[in-house]
Amino acid sequence: MMLPQESEALDAVASARLRVALELEIPSDIRYIESVVTIVARHCEQFHFTPRQCALNIPVALTEALSNAILRGNGERDGPRVQVKADVTPARLVLEVVDEGSGFDLAECLVDPTSPDNIEREDGRGLFLMTRLMDELERFTSHGNVIRMTLRRHD
Amino acid sequence: MSFAIKKQGEVVVVDVDGQLIVGNRSELKQKVLDELERGEKKVLIDFSHTGYIDSSGLGVLVSLSKKIREQGGELRLANLNDDLKTLFELTKLDTLFQIADTKERALQSF
Repeated sequence: MMLPQESEALDAVASARLRVALELEIPSDIRYIESVVTIVARHCEQFHFTPRQCALNIPVALTEALSNAILRGNGERDGPRVQVKADVTPARLVLEVVDEGSGFDLAECLVDPTSPDNIEREDGRGLFLMTRLMDELERFTSHGNVIRMTLRRHD
Repeated sequence: MSFAIKKQGEVVVVDVDGQLIVGNRSELKQKVLDELERGEKKVLIDFSHTGYIDSSGLGVLVSLSKKIREQGGELRLANLNDDLKTLFELTKLDTLFQIADTKERALQSF
């Protein structure tokens, strides 16, 4: 083990192997969303995700996933909780948001809110934004209803 | 997150300070509807201090746009930073709203 005076900041090669894995759990209450987003975005800033990714892609996509989990997945009921897992490396962020609902068909729920028929609708943009702001989006059932999103860090 | 409302000439100016998201969009909607009830017709929403907007925030802006139009009024949005502009472009809402780079240009456009 290096003594404090001998240790140096990780060099670029060593930093490439650094990984942060976070697990958070919140009640089904939308007031917790901003705190979760702040925690995840701050870690991504440390890994030098771009300012746009930290200010737009991650906050908006994660907010959408969390509000869907709380309002639709858990029906905003007392009791069911929402789990959030964030796995961050210098290459990518993988987010999983898990609710206790019965799930949904991603393909069926994905509408095009930009079409002339839909542009003046007040709803229907959440999943669309998640697909546009994240590199990958999947939904599956594991220990609950899971939304998994992946964002690759840009140089 | 807070909304400050003031009057500049005939225009109601709403400053959105913080994020416009699922937890607070109803508050914005109600504040603007209250102004419309009072007979106001010109509304400018200033995003200089806004971090990000989610789909429900965008939804409220669409809803207000319709309501204001139905009442014969006008809505302008101003001071969207590049990230927020991207959001409006992705969702093609930049074609639905009148968006100005600055508050002054927005006020002049009424």
